[in-house]
Parts: sequence; C-alpha cells; structure tokens
Amino acid sequence: MTTAIELIIAGFIVSGGFFLFVGSFGLAKLPDTMRRLHGPTKATTLGIGSLLIASMLYFLLARREPSIHELLITIFLFLTAPVSANMIAKAHLLRASGAARDLPEAEDGWANFTRPVRNGVD
Amino acid sequence: MRRRLVPHPLLTATIVVVWCLLLNDFSVSNAVLGLLVGVLVPIATSVYWPQRASVRNPLAILEYGAIVAWDIVVSNVQVAYLVLFRRGDSLRSHFVTVPLDLKSPEAIATLAGTITMTPGTLTTDVSADRRALLVHCLDTADPAATAAAIKQRYERRLKRIFE
Repeated sequence: MTTAIELIIAGFIVSGGFFLFVGSFGLAKLPDTMRRLHGPTKATTLGIGSLLIASMLYFLLARREPSIHELLITIFLFLTAPVSANMIAKAHLLRASGAARDLPEAEDGWANFTRPVRNGVD
Repeated sequence: MRRRLVPHPLLTATIVVVWCLLLNDFSVSNAVLGLLVGVLVPIATSVYWPQRASVRNPLAILEYGAIVAWDIVVSNVQVAYLVLFRRGDSLRSHFVTVPLDLKSPEAIATLAGTITMTPGTLTTDVSADRRALLVHCLDTADPAATAAAIKQRYERRLKRIFE
C-alpha cells in the first residue's frame, strides 16, 4: 500500500471521527431538545459517511476486493435518521410542557395534535 | 389481481437488489429467495401504503441526489461551526412553516427527510391537511427566506420527479 493511499484513507477516518465528535458534543452542549436534535442528525451523517468512504477505499485500493456493503449502510442510515429525529421531535412537542406554545399556526392544526384521519387517501 | 400480488413493483425490485447486495453473492438461489422476500414484504405492508408511488422522471433523481449530497457536506460544516463556536443560547432557533405544493405522500416524505438531513433544519411535523411542513431551524436570521430556499431548492426538483 502506497503512502498516498494511506494518507487519503487516514484523512477520511480523521474527518469522520471529527464530525462524529461534533455531533455528540452538540447533543451534550446545546440548551434544549429541539436544538440538540440538530447535532446528531447532521454531523453524524457526514461522520459515518467519511468512515464508510474510508472503508470502501481501503478495500478497493489496498485489498483489491471492492465492497458495496458500505453503500447499503449509507442508504439505511439516510432512511432511518430523519424518521427517528422526527419521532423524537414529535414526542418532545407532545410531552414537554410549553414546548408547543410558540408553534406557528396551521390551518387545520398540526398532525401531531389532531386526531388521525382514517384512511388518509385524498 | 395483479395489483394485489405486486402492490409496489419498485419496492419489490429494490428489495431484490438490496437482498443480493447484502449477501454479496449473486447466485440464482439467492435471487429467488430475494424475490420471495420482495413479493411477501410489500403484500404484508400494503395496508399501510395504499397508493402506488409514481416516479415520472428517474434521471432527475440523480441530480437531486447530487445536490442533497453536496448540501449535506455544507450543512455539516455549518452545524459543526455553530456547535463548536457559538454559545447555545445565542442561536436564533425558530419554528418555520413551509407551505407545500407537493401532493403525493411519497414526495412529501422525501422532502421531509431531505430537510432533516440538510443545513440546520429539521422537519418536526406535517399539518393535518398536508399543506405545510413544520420545520425547526437551528440558526436563522430570516425564517421566511429559509422556507423560500427550501421550496426553491428541493421542492421544485421533487415536483419534477414525482408529479
């Protein structure tokens, strides 16, 4: 393995570690639940993304056996991260007292606070 | 009858491909097993997904994916800056209403997911009449401009893909 390849892969791993750290740090540092959600949902995607790119490069260039599992992990992550963030945000609005006070108005209300419509086909 | 057997052909195809990629081994027996999963899962879940998604312009998905990938990188750097160098209380966080032109539930779900993954914004809720999204912004000086940017950058392109 040449030094250049090693450097590139190491760079991706370090930046991945950095963004993962920032995501966790944001979770601990930011003052309220809604702001805290921003840290892990974003910083973590690029953090994990960098690590996965590093892994793909390593297997492709150093081991000469291309691996596609990393792409799948990326897809699963991108599908699940917004859903879990959305669920946490909704639960927070319902549970925390006063959290829903400063929401902007919606014509028929927000789905979180209204009864579910049976068979919601337009 | 065909609709009941294969309610979501795209989902079936996706499951078969993902199944083969997961196993990392392309043999006929794996493909058949994947096809079995790909047929059974959409049937089992069709109750929760009554309509069929329509993709009008598959090529536009690539453009959309590239733009979102770039925005994710930019947003990560921005959020990292905000987290590291700003005091938490000084962030101007707001809830913003983003009015929707999109009609199809799949398009709205994609937009909601995209908003969560990109610059300092997080989808919190959808209005009961499905005409607006409730979005939380981490730090914004002009909430209306943020909403307009989301509509211009993502919703316009999603409309091309789905409607």
